Amino acid sequence: MSARSAAQRSPAVATDGGTLSDARAAVASVVDPEIRVITIDELGILRAVEKDPASGRVTVTITPTYTGCPAMDVIRADIRRALAVAGHPDAEVRTVYSPPWSTDWISDSGRDKLAAAGIAPPAPVPAAGGVPLTLAVRCPHCGSPETEQVSRFGSTACKALWRCRSCSEPFDHLKAL
Amino acid sequence: MNGPLDFTLAVGDDALIAAQRLAEWTTRAPEMEEDIALANIALDQLGAARLLLSYAGELEGAGRDEDALAYLRDDRQFRNVLLVELPNGDFAVTMAKLFFLAAYQLPLYTALAGCADERLAAIGAKARKESAYHLDHGALWVKRLGDGTEESHRRMQAAVDEVWPYTHELFTADPAAPVDPATLRSAFDETVGPVLAEATLTRPESRWAPTGGRAGVHTEHLSYLLAEMQVLHRAHPGAKW
Repeated sequence: MSARSAAQRSPAVATDGGTLSDARAAVASVVDPEIRVITIDELGILRAVEKDPASGRVTVTITPTYTGCPAMDVIRADIRRALAVAGHPDAEVRTVYSPPWSTDWISDSGRDKLAAAGIAPPAPVPAAGGVPLTLAVRCPHCGSPETEQVSRFGSTACKALWRCRSCSEPFDHLKAL
Repeated sequence: MNGPLDFTLAVGDDALIAAQRLAEWTTRAPEMEEDIALANIALDQLGAARLLLSYAGELEGAGRDEDALAYLRDDRQFRNVLLVELPNGDFAVTMAKLFFLAAYQLPLYTALAGCADERLAAIGAKARKESAYHLDHGALWVKRLGDGTEESHRRMQAAVDEVWPYTHELFTADPAAPVDPATLRSAFDETVGPVLAEATLTRPESRWAPTGGRAGVHTEHLSYLLAEMQVLHRAHPGAKW
């Protein structure tokens, strides 16, 4: 898998005697409200956590998976709540769209957690973009590659609905984007 | 049209009205998976519309945000093409509209991703990934219905014939725009031709080419659509839940 390292995905590093790293840890532990097994950091939508040394204000930068993702408001509220609990009541959450989120930004631990929760993780995004390649998707329940797509749109914008022909179980698949 | 504001408004209105029409299928699609698919595509269109209309409001500089532009303009002030405001018709008509729109939006957003305007480039880079899925979905159904039963073929051909005249407006030349729509025509033709052929459908001859949407001259269908879309906001300005 070509998942980026944590440093690339979230460039912020502690430069403020530990306070920033507390804030960062609090934000990084916020779980995705629609896929509650994975954090926003593991999902790759957390772009940066910064702290203004003068005012003490924490600025968090996130990016949506899909433009119309309805979970963004909840994620913003969860981030502010996590920061308030960690002692950073003055927080701003900014949303950026560039560079666009890619499933390649999901961390290796995130992929493992998705699979453990019965959600087949995405394949690497084809370099050329455009129409996605048809690759075998392994059943997250029994590991069989004998699977078929039931619908390319699933319970959330980022998932497709699949079925395993070996164990007959349906499962979600996070679409490569 | 001239310049980034009119262009951004036009492209944003296309996405907004397409989203509203697709959302009409929710709970009414022929099967549950399709219901979810159409709702998801509507959501993508709405997401793109929000980004574009927010930016259009900033370009205008008159203090209007995405909600003011979506809910407080009258039909003559909308700049969407006629294609997206046409009624959904049967499922074949909806798929013809979806397929043709995606075959235009994918090269449009791809071109935007490389344009000089940073905001539009970011929106294009984001939206094109989603458009690729819409195109895939529309093409799949056009082929499935076109090359299906006698009845599904008849209906799909009728849908293509009905909608085809409205595709020409998508490519109205606008050299001053960040991306001149006229330059997208060849990519559209290269996408549409092979899919129609594989679907055993006949590509209609291009004769009648209704226009007006980009200038705010719409079919009566838009007025009814807006009445439904805007009624809550107009009755209860600023309402939240």
